[in-house]
Amino acid sequence: MTDHLDATTGHDAFFDDAPCGFVAVQLDGTIERVNRTFVEMCGFAAADLVGSRRLASLLSVGGQMYVETHLKPMLLLTGQVRGVALELVDACGARVPVLVNATLVRDADGQPVGGRVAMFDATERRAYEEELLAARARAEETEAAARTLVRSLQQTLIPPVVPIVEGLQVAAAYRPAGDGDEVGGDFYDVFQVGADDWIVVVGDVTGKGVEAAAVTALARYTVRAAAVTNAAPDAILATLNDVLRKDDATSRWCTCAIARLTGDGDGWHAQVSHGGHPLALVVAADGDVTELGTPGVVLGALEQPTFRCARRSLEPGDALVLYTDGVTEARSGGQFYGEQRLGATLRAQRGSANGLAYRLLDDVVGFQAGTTSDDIVIVAVHRPS
Amino acid sequence: MLFAHGYGCDQQMWRHVTPAFDDFQVVCFDHVGAGRSDLAAYDPARYASLEGYATDVLEICDALDLRDVVYVGHSVAAMIGVLAANREPDRFAALVLVGPSPRYLDDDGYVGGFGAADIEELLGALDANYLGWSQAMAPVIVGNADRPELGAELTASFCRTDPEIAKRFARATFLADNRADLDHVTVPTLVLQCTEDVIAPPDVGRYVADHIAGSELVILDATGHCPNLSAPEATAAAIARFVRR
Repeated sequence: MTDHLDATTGHDAFFDDAPCGFVAVQLDGTIERVNRTFVEMCGFAAADLVGSRRLASLLSVGGQMYVETHLKPMLLLTGQVRGVALELVDACGARVPVLVNATLVRDADGQPVGGRVAMFDATERRAYEEELLAARARAEETEAAARTLVRSLQQTLIPPVVPIVEGLQVAAAYRPAGDGDEVGGDFYDVFQVGADDWIVVVGDVTGKGVEAAAVTALARYTVRAAAVTNAAPDAILATLNDVLRKDDATSRWCTCAIARLTGDGDGWHAQVSHGGHPLALVVAADGDVTELGTPGVVLGALEQPTFRCARRSLEPGDALVLYTDGVTEARSGGQFYGEQRLGATLRAQRGSANGLAYRLLDDVVGFQAGTTSDDIVIVAVHRPS
Repeated sequence: MLFAHGYGCDQQMWRHVTPAFDDFQVVCFDHVGAGRSDLAAYDPARYASLEGYATDVLEICDALDLRDVVYVGHSVAAMIGVLAANREPDRFAALVLVGPSPRYLDDDGYVGGFGAADIEELLGALDANYLGWSQAMAPVIVGNADRPELGAELTASFCRTDPEIAKRFARATFLADNRADLDHVTVPTLVLQCTEDVIAPPDVGRYVADHIAGSELVILDATGHCPNLSAPEATAAAIARFVRR
């Protein structure tokens, strides 16, 4: 195919009717030459452009700022610019989205003297990109809303403050897994059922997310309701097991440890019952750490399991610690935090409920180098000596 | 001599100017968030206004124990230098303001050249042009700190940074109003102005020179906002005449 020079423009059709606008500019941006495609794109007559208009003056003001602060420095320093998105303002004042490629023209001494610019109509492409940007903005908003929702939901699964129990120190430490953007399955509660009669609950629903959170809420309020008619830990667990079995909406299981602390004026007594949960630990004043009770069956698994209750008096200086498996199953490399390390930390922190709960949490989090793979709950009840 | 780059690119903007000052101790740097700076050091609160950038300038002077500093600031870095020099005037021997503007937005009786809608349009242009920017680019952009030549990696990274940072810097730059700060400058000052400049028009350069007592205004035979790239020899010559007399 051969192209012939056009009688009016003196250009050949290969240049004039190329599928993109061509513009040659001087170093200061003054238009030197344009092809017909560009003239059609911008709507100005070639005679009104060449020798009199700066190319940048055909752009939106924001685009001119971008050209001065980004495009020109890039062109002058690197010799070329590719795929820059700008908006041409045509003769009627309408915006034409364009993609711009440009190369720097140098003289024989290597000094820059001008530029060659190719412009592609990018109307459809820009519309699509704007949809992408809008979608990203919407996604960011939704994510922020979801985080807020998760935080509020998490707050409903744990008591806002641990109540003050006369004669005992109670401390609770809670940390959701990861960076806290998911609702976890761990929960705890501390509430009163009578004079010097308190219930401490620590539980763990399988899984994470909204479905787990629904079961967590169900479990927490079932325990509170069950304790009204019968506050014996094994009876509460039996009720919770029944409720989980009969709740068709969920097929989740749950582990739970319930302690009932009763004071008789002279001393405090602990009754503990477990449903497939890590055993409660008694930290004695002398540093001896022992398990209290028997594991029991995971809640929701069997029709009518038997739950046993273990009893023990809480001597001055003794503490009872309930926790979830986020403590012992915390991992660092191939190693678990484990029961031995748990025992050692509790021994070192004995004498204060705050130390037992918060220092233990700090140690477990530190063990995992700050990123927790599972929820962690620790509730410590200490009888001051 | 301490060279500070303006909004958009990085210290490479000075590469054709600094060789003229080989007899000085020349210090160039990238503002935090630009060029090969550590993007992790970017603190949105600190860099929400130009004062944060001015603090950086003073910290650089302090860390390198620079005295009698000739501060050369292009574009927004001109006002950053004014703020720094007003805080510690004894540190500076001279200020060279290349294409300065104390306020980009028009105001009652003041023509900065832009309206608020224009700034929004610039932010839109930034968004449209950073679609191709991704975290994958970051190592290329911040790496190679010990290779000053403009290699392929730098060509790819020049004038590019995290789009969120670019937008925040644009707001800090184009929404600033530092007109009142000009009256407090006590350091000898040179204002370099191009004959045509969309970003900082000649009237704005004259305004800056008029409001800095004893300052000198030189009109460069250059157009556009970046004489340090489009006319580096004239730029260097004008700076040299001022600092070598």
